[in-house]
Amino acid sequence: MTAETEEAEWARLMLRIRDDRDAEAFAALFREFAPRVKAFLMRSGSTATVAEECTQDVMATLWQKAGLFDPTRASVTTWVFTIARNRRIDTIRRARRPEPEDLAWGPEAEPEAAEIVERQQETDRLGRAIAQLPPNQRALIERAYFGDLSHSEIAAETGLPLGTIKSRIRLALDRLRHQMT
Amino acid sequence: MKHMTITHHLSDDLLMAYSAGALPEALSLVVATHVSMCPDCRAALAAHDAVGGAVLGTCGEAELAPDSLEKTLARIAAARPETPRPKRDDSLPGPLADYVGGSLSQVKWRALAGGVKQAVVPTDRGATARLLYIQGGVAVPDHGHRGVELTLVLQGAFRDETGRFGPGDIEVASDDLEHKPVAEHGPACICLAATEAPLRFAGLIPRLMQPLFRI
Repeated sequence: MTAETEEAEWARLMLRIRDDRDAEAFAALFREFAPRVKAFLMRSGSTATVAEECTQDVMATLWQKAGLFDPTRASVTTWVFTIARNRRIDTIRRARRPEPEDLAWGPEAEPEAAEIVERQQETDRLGRAIAQLPPNQRALIERAYFGDLSHSEIAAETGLPLGTIKSRIRLALDRLRHQMT
Repeated sequence: MKHMTITHHLSDDLLMAYSAGALPEALSLVVATHVSMCPDCRAALAAHDAVGGAVLGTCGEAELAPDSLEKTLARIAAARPETPRPKRDDSLPGPLADYVGGSLSQVKWRALAGGVKQAVVPTDRGATARLLYIQGGVAVPDHGHRGVELTLVLQGAFRDETGRFGPGDIEVASDDLEHKPVAEHGPACICLAATEAPLRFAGLIPRLMQPLFRI
């Protein structure tokens, strides 16, 4: 299975959790994502014990907040990342994480299948763009998202010519803007 | 929130730091509040979050505890219903409303100089957040800051050397910006401001050296 169809399959599983509270779909997504979340948290500096606890918390949140998942706005991987990041701040840094509230997006259009596919593929394309960066730039992006860099370090580093990744972000951005207008 | 014309947006590095979870709580609160008012920055944030997703997708897999799934299911079964949020009205964007009891009328202002009131918004250390109420035509009092300072206009408008800031606009000021914001004549200007707190050292000597090196 290619990565792109994998993301599409995960989105289908996530919708079964959201709409049908499907426990089998949850077990399947757990097998895919719990080991990644744990690896992500350990890369963020957690011990295996803390990472295990926090991973269970992240996956329980995925079930509890499934109603908020919108495949036109984020891939499952991106959505899981935002939950893992928030739980990391909450349980490991012990701070609150203020989250934006939903804007009124205008009359709710029926989501187009193509739009969902597009969103699910974005993560994979970004992943490949990151993999193709020179190793030092790739390490910077990873360290930023593992929570290794402070805000001022990120501010200093975004001045670097992270050309590929920036143009990827820009493309993702243009598509999102287009979708919202 | 109603649609408004926003001309001053968040910088890429702030969006990335917020997306990566690297900002202190007070700065996160200002970013989340601005994003709640600004479709452009909301889209930009989604793109930065997608980078985070890509990083999660490439960081490999760690071995789980053998009973990991069972324990997760037990957590779900044992979860208590979420405590309801305080009642909100439309006077403030959601993330900020949650911090001040749900509405602008709940804010406990303290008078500063003539025509200016402030209310500290409790967050963790590392940065401080406060609401400012500045009467029309009045200058914001001199407030030395080190590190980045974010000022988000909620109502009214102010001007300084860099431009005009109306509802939804955010000014990102580094410590080298000397600016004297003045509220426009008319209704009061209400802002949410956050400043990175200077590093505090326990020892006496580093504390004495701090003003010299601005660390």
